[in-house]
Amino acid sequence: MIATYANLIIQGILLGGLYAIFALGLSLSVGVMRFVNIAHGDFIVLVSFLLLTVATALHINVLLALLLVIPLTFAGGYLLQRVLLQRVIGQSVLLPLLVTFGLSIIVQNGLLEGFGADTHTLSAGSLDTSSLHIGSFYVGVLPVATFVLAVALVLGFDWLLYRSRIGANIRAVADDVAAADLIGLSSVRIYAIAMGIVGVTVAIAACFMGLRMNFDATSGPSRLLVAFEVVVLGGLGSLRGTLLGGIILGIAQTLGGQIDGAWQVLAGHLVFLVIFLLRPQGLLPRY
Amino acid sequence: MTSPTDAPLLSIEGLSVYYQQFRALHGIDIAVGPGEIVSIIGANGAGKSSLLKAIVAQVDRIEGRIRFAGEDIASRPTPAIVASGIALVPEGRRLFPSLTVEENLEIGRQIGRKGGGVGFAEIFDLFPVLRDKRRQPAGQLSGGQQQMVALGRALLTDPRLLLCDEISLGLAPTVVNDLYTLLLSINRRGIGVLLVEQDIRRSLAIASRFYCLLEGRISLAGRPGDFDRDTITRHYFGS
Ligand SMILES: Nc1ncnc2c1ncn2[C@@H]1O[C@H](COP(=O)(O)OP(=O)(O)OP(=O)(O)O)[C@@H](O)[C@H]1O
Ligand SMILES: [Mg+2]
Repeated sequence: MIATYANLIIQGILLGGLYAIFALGLSLSVGVMRFVNIAHGDFIVLVSFLLLTVATALHINVLLALLLVIPLTFAGGYLLQRVLLQRVIGQSVLLPLLVTFGLSIIVQNGLLEGFGADTHTLSAGSLDTSSLHIGSFYVGVLPVATFVLAVALVLGFDWLLYRSRIGANIRAVADDVAAADLIGLSSVRIYAIAMGIVGVTVAIAACFMGLRMNFDATSGPSRLLVAFEVVVLGGLGSLRGTLLGGIILGIAQTLGGQIDGAWQVLAGHLVFLVIFLLRPQGLLPRY
Repeated sequence: MTSPTDAPLLSIEGLSVYYQQFRALHGIDIAVGPGEIVSIIGANGAGKSSLLKAIVAQVDRIEGRIRFAGEDIASRPTPAIVASGIALVPEGRRLFPSLTVEENLEIGRQIGRKGGGVGFAEIFDLFPVLRDKRRQPAGQLSGGQQQMVALGRALLTDPRLLLCDEISLGLAPTVVNDLYTLLLSINRRGIGVLLVEQDIRRSLAIASRFYCLLEGRISLAGRPGDFDRDTITRHYFGS
């Protein structure tokens, strides 16, 4: 009995790693750039399809395809910010919401048009099914690898944001856009780089989501919901909080799934609501 | 009225500044010679900040010419202007409050002239209090200390021309005295200073020339010693 629950909690923690990866990009754009990207989930799904296409066309492992796609998503994020989102941020809170909502619909319909409504998964060869035997537990290599990656990403991005020069620039612009422009630190350029970094996280999320779960053209909004709950649970602007939020949501879902299939998602939402009511500022808030 | 040195560091001709339909400056001429301290005085809303912001390309629209070190900079973007050697200490300091003192200063070095000769050590020698506070968020410093960071950030760009917008505002008289002493020592290194102040007495005491702005126009210009107090006050308030 205890072993069963211990096992579930371990599975939940590992799932939480994946959720944290989903949420990382959203955490950056909400916490640092102060705007909510409604299309975040759809961008993840879009890049999953891109990875599928690249891996199939070039006959390469999807992890290799990921390395090829990361520069593309950096450039994609950079250009999206520079060409489109830059025009709408800062004027009102509503405008970026509407524009990214529009993008979400465009991406979903574009994917339906291009790939149909079938569900897909990504495959990384033998990594998909291999498992580790630790003590009395069996855990999949892929979930463990995902979790380790999530921790590494959180630490890496935390370092980038709080220890590197570009991170200081991003925080400066988040502090006071007008002051940055006034002294000659171009906020347009910094925002674009930040969105390029978000693009990198989207590619990584797309790859590991596709390896763990089914996706189809309309999976985006449910991914966004997970990412959003994780960010709010963890606290805006805190990347470590994002990891913690992911873990809590992952555990809630696996334990809920034990009761009943329908409870899996519901338990996640309930835990989110309860924690949100008790600690609206999130668990490890930065602001 | 005396003309500045033969080849001015900064020369502005016929500068007008517009915010949409509103015209804040009406075709003014201003020059700053190399290593000169020039003071701009004027009442609230006279257009002093608009002048400094126009120099660094941070206003909606301008007309007229702005030449710096012989080059036309009127059409350049702000980062290029700063990188060519003009640094602004903005009105109200405008530090990044959540960044540490050191991070604020580092941004100055990053946006400035490349291969510049000014280092952190020099800034900390000028402002010894900042050395102990360098890991503290800038927002936690006192007003005077924040003004030192703002000045330090500008100096780290290794400027040839420093634009100071009301650096004494809201500071205790002793702190202002220290800042002005510092400005003089900065100036002695050959850095030109364009000093905007509402406090006439203090800024005229260290300037070699001044311009008085009234409702977007120059109402009086020359050497501080050329005019008596009454004349200057009259042109300041426009009565
Ligand atoms: N961003 C802006 N949009 C519209 N009008 C502006 C803007 N900034 C300044 N103005 C107007 O331009 C005029 C000059 O303003 P400016 O800030 O240059 O004055 P100032 O001399 O610096 O005043 P103060 O001593 O109060 O700082 C004022 O009438 C002001 O209302
Ligand atoms: Mg002003």
